[in-house]
Amino acid sequence: MSLAKRIIPCLDVDNGRVVKGVKFVDIRDAGDPVEIARRYDREGADEITFLDITATHDNRDTIVHVVEQVASEVFIPLTVGGGIRTLDDIRRMLNAGADKVGINSAAVFNPDFVREAAERFGSQCIVVAIDAKKVSQPGEESRWEIFTHGGRKPTGIDAIAWAKKMVAYGAGEILLTSMDRDGTREGFDLPLTRAISEAVTVPVIASGGVGNLDHLADGVIEGKADAVLAASIFHFAEYTIEQAKRHMAARGIEVRL
Amino acid sequence: MSSVAVIDYGMGNLHSIVKALQHAAPDVDVVCVSDADAILRADRVVFPGVGAIRDCMQALNQSGLSAVIQQVAESKPLLGICLGMQALLTDSEENGGTPCLDVFAGHVLHFPEALTGDDDNVLKIPHMGWNQVHQLHPHPLWENIPQDSRFYFVHSYYAQPDDAAVMAATTQYPEAFTCALAQDNVFAVQFHPEKSQAVGLQLLKNFLHWDGRVL
Repeated sequence: MSLAKRIIPCLDVDNGRVVKGVKFVDIRDAGDPVEIARRYDREGADEITFLDITATHDNRDTIVHVVEQVASEVFIPLTVGGGIRTLDDIRRMLNAGADKVGINSAAVFNPDFVREAAERFGSQCIVVAIDAKKVSQPGEESRWEIFTHGGRKPTGIDAIAWAKKMVAYGAGEILLTSMDRDGTREGFDLPLTRAISEAVTVPVIASGGVGNLDHLADGVIEGKADAVLAASIFHFAEYTIEQAKRHMAARGIEVRL
Repeated sequence: MSSVAVIDYGMGNLHSIVKALQHAAPDVDVVCVSDADAILRADRVVFPGVGAIRDCMQALNQSGLSAVIQQVAESKPLLGICLGMQALLTDSEENGGTPCLDVFAGHVLHFPEALTGDDDNVLKIPHMGWNQVHQLHPHPLWENIPQDSRFYFVHSYYAQPDDAAVMAATTQYPEAFTCALAQDNVFAVQFHPEKSQAVGLQLLKNFLHWDGRVL
């Protein structure tokens, strides 16, 4: 009897629609985030994360409406990330029914924003999203740095030091994405995940690279992650959340079934 | 139509709890209120809360709601959730020691740092995620909820009541801590029923049909 490891499906939302192609056989509108969230909830998702990738500022209200609708009928924790830059952005998401917000580049540009957000709203709702890339050469001791702008811009900041700093500033959880693995379907960067998870006291969500169910289990067993996040393996209906949980359970991981 | 008042004292958003209560019992009138009269008029009262205990108690004391909650605890079904549970103890060690409402005699303590779990990994704080709730006695609020069901938790402090008789359930992290308290017409939970899917909605439904009596 102990705390279950969490499986968190992630939906990329652009102008209120789920992108990256979602394919469910029995869903009427495969791009409707509310319908997809309902489906994940039924399958046993432990939480749901929405990543708002809407580029234009004018259309950013659409994610608020999505969260409102989902929060009215799906009673599991909801996280919203993407474009969270001000305390007011956070307030709007929480008022819409989100339980947590993911702060990414705004934390890099102004670390005190994380401190202010945690003081105002509580650490329990502040997830700091870290995009990290390996910068050490083969043969050297592994080293990862923080990148912004979808992994394009290096910052020179060491990932482990950054994760520790963000926890000291009040982050209640770390969402760690390997920019080397994101989209590759080769599995998480396990040494990175483990290094960060062992360096901080708060839960770490592993993200980036999941291509099969063993990758999820590896993230927990070898990466020491407290939760695993994936998008495409669930979107394309390759696997249901329940299959993923049963697979993890078969590998000895405690899950909520 | 019976009514339930969700106490709004400015600590965090109440959207989730209101929606979950409406979903759990569509026949109940759910109101979000901050004035004493409206709270005292309702048939049942939910006392939610997130954030830091000092801010919570400051808001309750300044608005006069502390006395209202103590009055409710004497008179009608009351459900404390998360920080709303912790605030019902005598005091909390959070924020350098904070006096609380003393509905339940006992203290609120921080999880010890650097504990290790069954798998020898360091236990993360906050205790965040789905953990099993072990019911200690039958109670109307546990009706139709299987023993050891998983509920969603997120907290770094936990309640330790002086009297073991008020413990309603425990959870292991890594040792057993009290995750639910019950005494007469008062029930309090450390987890979030409004975020615990079917079992959470069942608990809310049970509360909304509870007359405040124990078995």
